[in-house]
Amino acid sequence: MSTDLDIILKKYKQGKREDLIPLLQEVQEVMGYLTEDAIVKVGGFLGLSTTKIYGLATFYDRFRFIPAGKIRIKVCNGTTCYLNGSQSIISKLKEEIGVVPGQTTRDGIFSYEVVACMGGCINGPVINVNGEYITHVKVEQLPELIKRLKYVIEND
Amino acid sequence: MMEDLKAFLIDKVLLFESDTLSPETEKILQQVRREKTDKPVIYISSGTSSVIAGSEKTYSTVESYIKENIPSAELVRVGCTGPTNFNPLVCIQIPGKNKLFFRNITEEKVEPLLNGVFHNDISEDDLVGQTGTRGFELWSGIPFMDELPFFSGQKRIVLGNCGCYDPENIEEYIARGGYRAYIKAIRHYTFDEVCTIIEKSGLRGRSGGGFLTGLKWKNALNTSSNARYLICNAKESDPGAFTDRTILESDPHRLIEGIAIASYAIGASNAIVFIRAGAGHTRNRLQKAIDQAKDYGLFGHNIFSSGYNLDIVIRKESGAFVCGEETALINTLAGKRGMPQLKPPYPTTSGLFGKPTVINNVETLMNVPLIMQNGPEWFRSMGTPNSPGTKVFAVAGKGRMSGVVEVEMGTTIRTILEDIADGIRDGKEFKAVQLGGASGSFITRENLDIQIDFDILKEMEIGMGAGGFVIIDENTCMVDLVRYYMEYIRKESCGKCIPCREGTGRMLEILESVIRKPLNEESGTTLERFKGVMQLETIASVMKDTSLCGLGQTAPNPFISALKNFRDEFEEHIFDRKCRANVCRGLRSFSIDVDKCTGCTACSAKCPVNAIYGTRLQPFFIVEEKCIGCGVCFDICKFSAINVK
Repeated sequence: MSTDLDIILKKYKQGKREDLIPLLQEVQEVMGYLTEDAIVKVGGFLGLSTTKIYGLATFYDRFRFIPAGKIRIKVCNGTTCYLNGSQSIISKLKEEIGVVPGQTTRDGIFSYEVVACMGGCINGPVINVNGEYITHVKVEQLPELIKRLKYVIEND
Repeated sequence: MMEDLKAFLIDKVLLFESDTLSPETEKILQQVRREKTDKPVIYISSGTSSVIAGSEKTYSTVESYIKENIPSAELVRVGCTGPTNFNPLVCIQIPGKNKLFFRNITEEKVEPLLNGVFHNDISEDDLVGQTGTRGFELWSGIPFMDELPFFSGQKRIVLGNCGCYDPENIEEYIARGGYRAYIKAIRHYTFDEVCTIIEKSGLRGRSGGGFLTGLKWKNALNTSSNARYLICNAKESDPGAFTDRTILESDPHRLIEGIAIASYAIGASNAIVFIRAGAGHTRNRLQKAIDQAKDYGLFGHNIFSSGYNLDIVIRKESGAFVCGEETALINTLAGKRGMPQLKPPYPTTSGLFGKPTVINNVETLMNVPLIMQNGPEWFRSMGTPNSPGTKVFAVAGKGRMSGVVEVEMGTTIRTILEDIADGIRDGKEFKAVQLGGASGSFITRENLDIQIDFDILKEMEIGMGAGGFVIIDENTCMVDLVRYYMEYIRKESCGKCIPCREGTGRMLEILESVIRKPLNEESGTTLERFKGVMQLETIASVMKDTSLCGLGQTAPNPFISALKNFRDEFEEHIFDRKCRANVCRGLRSFSIDVDKCTGCTACSAKCPVNAIYGTRLQPFFIVEEKCIGCGVCFDICKFSAINVK
């Protein structure tokens, strides 16, 4: 783990303040989320206090502090998807997965996010499961989908 | 071959002094553009919206089909042509004949389609139209693409290249006249001359403010500073806007050329493209385009011996709506929280790292190479005197057609709604058009004839925003939609200034109380709720006057314009507790049809608040005072015995 971080830090030789956000983005890309160790280490590298970095990272939506699940479900809540009923998809998924958007289930299988427009407006509501898009999602198909995904992970 | 082509393009096209190229050069360029080709070519749209519709599966199916049946054929990924409901759009070019376009070609449709086309038996079902190239044979009885209602009302300047070439191929862009304006600018014009040309053209910033682009550049150029920055704001985080993304994916090279010219005009040697998070596809395309341009020597040190240096980098945002605001964006790039600052000083005098910085949005920069190529008079010949040129909109929502469209300034909203979007889907009644994203306004039937023009819209207090154009039909509840936008803005408010931080929270609270059913009916409840709405108007005006940045100042816009145009709907929610569109769940009331109910007890078992009573095998009833309107009973009933009111 630490070696990954060292490789990333090496890329930013001078270590300036403006490198902070790209650095955190890269750490998250490689590790999946921002670990406590990583934040402390980045702080030491850039000469910034840990609280300052934490304060910055929590300001932005995209940084996460818990590991993502094996299956990442993203629901589009752009205007068109909203008009097409994304709200009921969001609440049904909350029920099915058992966590609110932004969280990961305890068994680490699902993580659940709500995002603004994905760009598939005409095919809404759209959800994205590990990079695969599912279009024209209906509330009825969700329990089956979640069950199937869970089955695939548990029997893998 | 590739190396030869590169040297040829640099020598004979990019650095060629005369405006008209030699006939031999043109001949080769025609080949690069695939206009003179002796093999069939299949083009597949590949923007994000196509990928969502399944274009990658279509691509691999076509790939394996041609490997087996027509090995000579070429397969090309192109950008998005515009109409997103036609995606995945497939275009087939048979040598010597016009291109044919087919819509919604998902993987299972590939084989019948290709079998048909290559055996002269074209199915009419998925056929959209043809586009012509001079000297090619026409398909009789098939309409031309630009005669279709979706395209005929448009004037495609900025989108001119979208869907026509492979965005990952710089040669094709150069063969279409690309990068010549940039080379000409850095070799023959001074910084000031470029600014003057753009100023003369009357190009105004397309992100909403409508400030003269040339003047902005001049302001930055006329400062005494050793470094300047150009930032291309491609963040576009409005929910429901996808114009910038489509442009970035379909024509990244022209954007880069625009950025390069703008950087030159202000004497900046560093340019930054700020793109939205979660758009990996877009980012990869743009990065590839930048790498290719670098390989051609279009950026770097002493570009083509002109003495000008330029470096372009991509920076990804981390998810904060407010970073679309100029000063907040600068703070993000400096590695701080993306919070806005008081202006002045304007970024053009003191921006990134305290240096003069110009921030332009994607659409503005896309116009720049064209103005440099065709001259300011050409640009002025389009649009209205005060707003020359065109405007790109992302048409979405309940229209029959949706997608990225570009119209001349001065076009009416009605033209876009009725001709280009072809009216409302499923025979529903039109309600409004929402212009300008989360902080935009509603345009109702009475105002459909207003023209798209910066000054006219400003006078009517309508923000054009990033170009979101959402069509709303009768099935949408305006109160709920306003609540949705407010929820979004409240979440995205950065929390620096009090009017925005507290105001959005209060407004959301009151709007939520309007669409919620009060649990106990006390005498003053209705009055309280009405008072809430009266307060809403006050809060809205205070926020408008006192918020620090555009986010807070425009946050109440959807509410203000909805209240102005749909006051009756708000009053219905408050007094009658009724939602005419049946959207607001809290206001729904349910009753059981005694004739249909079989007494199966399914609903009463599922009701979360135990509001359903009855005896088994006898009709049940709902206690309205207890009901919270969740609709579980409605969903579970197999006999459709539950009525919604």
